[in-house]
Amino acid sequence: MSTLLVHRPGLSTTVQDRGRFGLQRFGVPTSGALDPESYALANALAGNPPDAAALEIRLAGPALEVEAESAIVALVGGDTPLAIGGPAPRTVPPGRSVRVVTGDVIEVAGLRASSTAYLAVRGGIDVPAVLGSRSTFLRGPFGGLEGRALRSGDRVPLANASAPDAPERALPTGTLPKRPDTLHVVLGPQADLFTQEAIETFLAATYTVTHEADRMGIRLEGERLTHAGGFDIVSDGIAPGAIQVPGSGQPIVLLADRQTTGGYPKIATVISADIGGAGRLGPGDRVRFSALDVATAEQRARAHHRALKAALARIAQATVGMIDEAALYSENLIHAGPFE
Amino acid sequence: MRFLPSGDSALVVEFGDTIDAEVSARVTRLAGRIAACAIPGVRELLPTFRSLMVFYDPLLIGQGELMAAIAPLAADSVAAAAPGRLWTIPVCYAPEQAPDLTAVAEATGLGTDEVVRRHAGITYHVYMLGFLPGYPYLGDVDAALRLPRRTTPRTRLPAGSVAIAMAMTAIYPVESPGGWHLIGNTPVKLFDLAADPPALLAPGDRVRFRPIPQAEWQAIAAAVAAERFRLDPEPLP
Repeated sequence: MSTLLVHRPGLSTTVQDRGRFGLQRFGVPTSGALDPESYALANALAGNPPDAAALEIRLAGPALEVEAESAIVALVGGDTPLAIGGPAPRTVPPGRSVRVVTGDVIEVAGLRASSTAYLAVRGGIDVPAVLGSRSTFLRGPFGGLEGRALRSGDRVPLANASAPDAPERALPTGTLPKRPDTLHVVLGPQADLFTQEAIETFLAATYTVTHEADRMGIRLEGERLTHAGGFDIVSDGIAPGAIQVPGSGQPIVLLADRQTTGGYPKIATVISADIGGAGRLGPGDRVRFSALDVATAEQRARAHHRALKAALARIAQATVGMIDEAALYSENLIHAGPFE
Repeated sequence: MRFLPSGDSALVVEFGDTIDAEVSARVTRLAGRIAACAIPGVRELLPTFRSLMVFYDPLLIGQGELMAAIAPLAADSVAAAAPGRLWTIPVCYAPEQAPDLTAVAEATGLGTDEVVRRHAGITYHVYMLGFLPGYPYLGDVDAALRLPRRTTPRTRLPAGSVAIAMAMTAIYPVESPGGWHLIGNTPVKLFDLAADPPALLAPGDRVRFRPIPQAEWQAIAAAVAAERFRLDPEPLP
């Protein structure tokens, strides 16, 4: 079997795909890529369908030795380049695919301009689907590689034993997603449980991401937000990007591995177009919140989808004589998922 | 009933702000009706104590259109969805399986036998699943057994732990941290990746506990491990 041998695991490197849908009513979170745009772009560069399982890297990356005849890999995560060690050392600029061969060591150092990156390998990471997804859910623990982050000595299974000697692909200039300085939100579902002053503070202040930042969510530090009454509510559902405020008055942005239900008031929810941006934030980053109405958020969802689709189509068109990937990417990319 | 947006891809349909069986029943009934209607763009439904969260694709349906589709379904004149199921779950309340039973007996002023009698004497309603995969919130607990959470949560408690806190009782599906009072343990699997659906219980189901001795707990645990145990629910009238 073809694998990537883990020399160094990185801080928290997990297998992720688009996520696990339809099971939130059973307490199973969606999981999946924290930054769906970078994930989709990495897959496109590697020549993959948009839902192929890739490695999600947080803050500091892994070193992986290629134990396959050959492979095409691509890293997308801010401005982070890919270093290839081993017999033929070289550096691959951000947003490019590269063909590697047995013995090459794929190295990702500290991430730049984002806290989250995706390493896609042509054919995808070949772990079994659990409840319909290959995404790792650490608290499950299930999915991905035994439900956990990579460790030194692991062998990450690859679907393909070799890769065609295809031309390199590159992202169109200016399309590398970076960490945002503003996240757009829709106020609610429980904005009415905060004082008017707290809402104004929330939308005016700059918050700093603390070290408590992981796939469940990112805890922020900044001006305290005051609840109008108590801060214990009867639990209700938690949407991706929901910003809950516990008794400390410090907001928490909830991400892919969030609990499905919770009992703290949620002052606002990050719009779907900015969820990937929230996923790119990490410790020390500073962020502000700007409120939109639902109609504007919906316009942004459509514009965001069009822009991503266009970027993916340009990657696919840049390569001639391969499968009809333009058609593959014309489907609904970010929002698709099984319906119930 | 009121609609509360949660961003541009989830909508909360809220029926109340308390833990109440009638509110919960309205949530479950609405979930059944929306599922039956197959509204284009609706992706997933998440029933909770007091509201239904409707996840949808904003590229396929706008929030205004979604509210217009749901509003008539939320009216309670529409026929109710199919009722849930009744589960009888074996629980061992012996001291080795119930680290907090004595403390609960002391705090409530009841004997341990009386705590067990009252805990096992109620048919509970499954309000929702949350916190962990397959973790059910069951209520309402006998008024005499209602205690706040432990002041110091445990960092690890065993799978199958049957616990109480305030008006709720729950079963921890996997080993986990937890702050509730542990008064028993069930060998039954509450969450099984090989099962479809993976959770034993669903919102709207009913649950009662059948006290079993330690020997029977061990026998069932062995059967579960050998995949020779199956718990079947009874239909609710």
